[in-house]
Amino acid sequence: MEPKLPLFPEAASAIAGDVDHLALFLLVVAAFFTVLIFGTIFYFAIRYRRRSDRELPHVQHGGMTLEILWSVIPFAITMVMFVWGADLYYKESRPPDNALPIYVVGKQWMWKIEHIEGQREINELHIPVGRPVRLTMTSEDVIHSFFVPAFRTKSDVVPGKYSTEWFTATKPGKYHLFCAEYCGNRHSSMIGWVYAMDPQDYQNWLNSSPPSSTMAENGSKLFNGMGCPACHKPDGAGRCPSLVGLYGSAVHLADGRTILADEDYLRESILQPQAKIVAGYGALMPTFQGQVTEEDVVQLVEYIKWLGDKSEGKTPAPGTQGEPLTIPELRGK
Amino acid sequence: MASDTHVPAHQETLALREQFDTAAQQKDASTFGMWIFLITEVMFFGGLFLAYTVYRHLYPDVFDVASSSLNVYIGAANTVVLLCSSLTMVLAVRASQLGQKQMIVLFLVLTLMLGFVFLGVKGYEWTVKFQEHHVPGMGFHLEGLTPDNAVTQGHAQLFFSLYFAMTGLHAFHMVIGAGLLMYLIFEARKGRYSAEYNTPVDLIGLYWHFVDIIWIFLFPLLYLIDRHLGR
Amino acid sequence: MITTAVHEREHYLNESYGIKSWLLTKDHKRIALLYLFTITFFFFLGGAFATMIRIELLTPTGNFVSNDTYNKLFTMHGVAMIFFFLIPSIPATLGNFFLPMMIGARDLAFPRINLLSWYLLVIGGLFALFAMLAGGVDTGWTFYTPYSTTYSNSWVIATAIGIFVAGFSSILTGLNFIVTVHRMRAPGMTWSRLPLFVWSNYATALIQVLGTPVLAVTIILLFCERVFHIGIFDPALGGDPVLFQHLFWFYSHPAVYIMVLPAMGVISELVSVFSRKPVFGYHVVAYASIAIAVLGFLVWGHHLFVATQSVYAGLVFSFLSYFVAVPSAVKVFNWTATLYKGSISFATPMLYAFGFIGLFTIGGLTGLFLAALGFDVHVTDTYFVVAHFHYIMVGGTIMAYMGGLHYWWPKMTGRMYPEGWAKLSALIVFLGFNLTFFPQFILGYMGMPRRYHVYPDEFRVLHVLSTAGASVLAVGYLLPMIYFIWSLKYGALAPANPWGATGLEWKTPSPPPLHNFDETPIVTHEVYDYSTVIGEEIQVG
Repeated sequence: MEPKLPLFPEAASAIAGDVDHLALFLLVVAAFFTVLIFGTIFYFAIRYRRRSDRELPHVQHGGMTLEILWSVIPFAITMVMFVWGADLYYKESRPPDNALPIYVVGKQWMWKIEHIEGQREINELHIPVGRPVRLTMTSEDVIHSFFVPAFRTKSDVVPGKYSTEWFTATKPGKYHLFCAEYCGNRHSSMIGWVYAMDPQDYQNWLNSSPPSSTMAENGSKLFNGMGCPACHKPDGAGRCPSLVGLYGSAVHLADGRTILADEDYLRESILQPQAKIVAGYGALMPTFQGQVTEEDVVQLVEYIKWLGDKSEGKTPAPGTQGEPLTIPELRGK
Repeated sequence: MASDTHVPAHQETLALREQFDTAAQQKDASTFGMWIFLITEVMFFGGLFLAYTVYRHLYPDVFDVASSSLNVYIGAANTVVLLCSSLTMVLAVRASQLGQKQMIVLFLVLTLMLGFVFLGVKGYEWTVKFQEHHVPGMGFHLEGLTPDNAVTQGHAQLFFSLYFAMTGLHAFHMVIGAGLLMYLIFEARKGRYSAEYNTPVDLIGLYWHFVDIIWIFLFPLLYLIDRHLGR
Repeated sequence: MITTAVHEREHYLNESYGIKSWLLTKDHKRIALLYLFTITFFFFLGGAFATMIRIELLTPTGNFVSNDTYNKLFTMHGVAMIFFFLIPSIPATLGNFFLPMMIGARDLAFPRINLLSWYLLVIGGLFALFAMLAGGVDTGWTFYTPYSTTYSNSWVIATAIGIFVAGFSSILTGLNFIVTVHRMRAPGMTWSRLPLFVWSNYATALIQVLGTPVLAVTIILLFCERVFHIGIFDPALGGDPVLFQHLFWFYSHPAVYIMVLPAMGVISELVSVFSRKPVFGYHVVAYASIAIAVLGFLVWGHHLFVATQSVYAGLVFSFLSYFVAVPSAVKVFNWTATLYKGSISFATPMLYAFGFIGLFTIGGLTGLFLAALGFDVHVTDTYFVVAHFHYIMVGGTIMAYMGGLHYWWPKMTGRMYPEGWAKLSALIVFLGFNLTFFPQFILGYMGMPRRYHVYPDEFRVLHVLSTAGASVLAVGYLLPMIYFIWSLKYGALAPANPWGATGLEWKTPSPPPLHNFDETPIVTHEVYDYSTVIGEEIQVG
C-alpha cells in the first residue's frame, strides 16, 4: 500500500477556514522574507566574492533611513498579524449563548465526556454539525489539553478550575482528538475521536442509547442525597441562598464585590464555599472537597443551571415549592 | 606592569591581582560585582514575593488570621536587633576606612553577636510554631479560622509555607553572613585591613545590609497583615 | 619552515602541565577549554537521546522503546541540551576565551569565580547525570506541575538540583562578564569600539543575572512542593499549577535569548571578517542586543495562550512578543547589508554564518506565526513549535557555535582545521538540519502533538523524512569532532591572524601567551577597521 502523505489537515469547523487564511497570510509573508534574505545573500555572496586576498572594500557605516525603514515596515506587518490573530482568539474565547453544553473531565489517560441528556462517552465525542458546541472541561489529576486539529482549536484542561472551548463543526466526519499537554506515561494514548454528525443522525444517536437519567437528574439526586435542600430552599427562605435562577446572574458578595455566577463560580462554591460568601448570608456551608468527584460536580453544576432554565419557564414545571425538587423528563424536548 | 612583579606572601592583603592594573580598578570591580550579585538576590527573593502577592490576594482573610498567629512583639524586637547590627556594621566599615584596627574587630564582633541574637530568636519562633503545629505537612492545624475546614487549613498552610520559605532563606543568608563575619574578624585580628585596603569589609558590609533590607520587607508582609491603622 | 619558533614559544597551553594545572587554573582560556570538554560531552549525550527519539519515531507504533523510556528520552534530551549545552555553550567557551582578549584584558575580573562557575556546572551536571543513570526523569524539561510535583515517579529532585546548581554557574558567568566589560577594557577600548560579540555577551549576561535567580527560586518551590507537599502549585490545597508556568517561563523565555544572543554576536564577527567590512549599522546591531535582552523579559506569557490565562493577558503578551521581532529582524537586515560590496570569502566559518542567517530567519519568521494568537491556539504543543525552536536553537545557536569554533580554533589551539572537510561538514549539517526539521512544521500544522510516543499512521512519511535527516545531521556533527581532534596533531600551524581580522585577539600569537598580551594593547582605531590589517601579512589557512 502506498504510504499516505497528506500535507494539509482537514478543515471541519467554522473557525478552521479563518485560521487557515491567517496561516496562509503568515506563510506568504514568511516566504517573501525568506526568499528575500536567501536571494540577497546568494546574490551578494557571488557578486562580491573575494577575488584577491589584498582587496579592501569601501566602508559604509550604515544609514539611518534604511534602519528606520526596515524596522518600521516589518513592525507594521507584524501588527497586521497581531490584530488578525487577536481577533480570531477573541472569537474563540466567546462561546455563543445558544451553544450546546457538553462536559469533559480529563484524567490519566482518558477523556470522560458527558452530555446533558445523560449520555456518557469515553474518548469519543458525538456532536451535531452546524450547532455551536461548548465544552466545559476540568481535570482530575494533571494538566491535559483538548485538541481537535480539524477544528483548529485546543485548550488546556487544568485541575482545580474549568476551562472552556467551543467550535461549530461544519462537515460530518470522524476527527482526531488528541491530548496536547504532556501528562505522563500514556500521554500519546490519551486520544480519541470526535464524530460530527448531521443533526438527524445525532438525534438518532442520542435516542439509540438513552441513559436512565439526564445530567440534571443525576445532579438532583446528588443534591438531595447530600442534604443540600435543607438550606438551599428554592424560595430563598432557607439559611442559604436560593439556587433558582442563579446561573448566569450577578451575585453580590459579602466583601462588596459583584461577580457573575458562571460554571467556575458554581464549582468553587461547592468545593470551597468560603471563597466567596453571598452578601446577607453566613459562611455556614461545609466544604465538599474530597467528598464529590469532578464528575459529580459537573452534574451538580448542570442541575443548578437547569434550575435557572426552569425559572424562565423553558422546561416543564417542577414539584411544588418547598419540597425537594424533582426533574421532569428532559429527553423529549 | 604589575603582573610581572611577584608580591611577597605577607603583603598579600595589599596585593593587586594580576588581571588588574591599579588598586582602584580592583576595588571598583569588586564593589561593582557585589552590587550585581545583590541584584541577583533581589530577583531571587522576588519570585517568593510574587508567590506571596498572588496568594495573599486570593486568600486575604486566611492570611490575616495566619499572620496574627505570629508574635509581633518578638518580630519587632528582632527587627530592632537587626537594625542595630546594620549600625555596628557601618561602624566597622567606617573604622576600617579610618584604619582603626582595634575598632574594626570590636564592631565586627558586635555585629556578629547581634546576628546570632537574631538567629536565636528566629529559632525560638520556629520552635514555637513547631509546638503549635503550624509547620506545613507535619500535622498542620491553625486555630481561629472561620470557617475552619480542610480548605481554609490548606490556605493557611500556604501562608506558613511562604513564611518558612521566606524566613528560612533569609536565615540561610544570615548564616552565610555570620560565616563571612567570622572570616573578617579572623583576618582583622591579624591587622589585614587598613585605610588602604578594606574591600572585604566594605563588600561584606553591603551584603549584610542587603540581608537586613530583605527582613525590613519580610516583617510587615508576614507579621503585620491585619494591623492596618484604624482597625 | 618557520614553525620551530612557534613550538618553542611559551603559551597558555605549555606554560604548565599536569591535571592540577588544569583543575586549579585561574586562566580564562584554560577554563574555557574545560567548559568545551564538559559541554561537548553533554552535546553528544543529548544527541544520543535525540537519535533514540528519532529511531523510535520511525514507526508509528512505538516498538523501539517503551512509552516510559520514550518520555525519559525526550526529557533528558531537553535537560542535557538546554541546561548543560546551549546555555553555557557560546558564553562559557568562546565568550570565556575571547571576551577578555577582545577588550584587551589579561583575564576576567574574577578568575576564581570563573573557575567556581565551571565547577558548579560540573556538579550540576553530575546530579543530572546521576538522575539519568539511576532511572531517568520523565516530566519534560519544562517540569510542569502538578505532574512533576505529585504524579511523576522519576528522579525529579535530583534533576532539579542539577539545574539549580548549574543555574548559579550561569549567574556567576554573567556577573563576571558584566564587571569585566565595565571595568577591564584596555585604554582606548570605548563602548562604541567594542566588538559586537562583546556587546551580545554583555546583553546575555544581563539576562543571566536577572533571570536565572527566578529559576532558582522556582526550583526551590518545586522542591518544597514535591518533598513537603506544601500546596503552592496544588489546586487541592488552594494553590495554582499555572503559577508555576508563569515563574518557569519568566526565566525560560529570556533563557532563549541567553542561548541565541551570543550566537548573534558570533555571526556579527564572522560576517564582518569574511566580507572584510564593518558590520552595517554597528550601533543599531549593538543596541538591538540590549533591546532583545530587555524585551525578552516581557513576553513569557506567550507560552500560556491556551493555559487558561485571561484573554486580555493573551492579547498583551501577543502584542509585546511582536516587539521582540523588530530588533531580531533589524539584525538580519544589517548582516545582509554588510555583504553589499564586500570582499566575501567562503571560508567554513562564513558558510556557517550564511547557514545561521538563513535558518534563524526561518526560525524567527515562524516565531511570528506562533505569536499570532488565533494561529497559536492550533499549533501550540505540536511539532510546529518543536520545529520552530529547533530552527532557533540548532539552526541558530549551534550553527553559530560551530562557525565560531572553526573561526577561533586556530587561536585556541594554534592549529588550522582541514578546510575541505570542514566545508563538507558545514554543508552536511545544513542539509541534514533542514531535512530533519522542515517536515516538522508540516507535521505540526497537521496536528501532530509534541511528546507523542505513538502516533496516527498519516504522520508516518513526514516522520521518516525527519529521521532520515537526523542521521545526516549526526554525520555532520561527528565529522568536526574527528577532524578537530585530528588537527591538534596534524593541522597546519596557525599564524597569529589567519583571517585578516581586526579584533585584539588576533593581535597576539596563536595560541596566546598566559596573560593574553605581551603588553597591554592600546586601542587607537575604530572597531572593524580593516585598513589596519590589510597592510599586514594576511595568510589564509
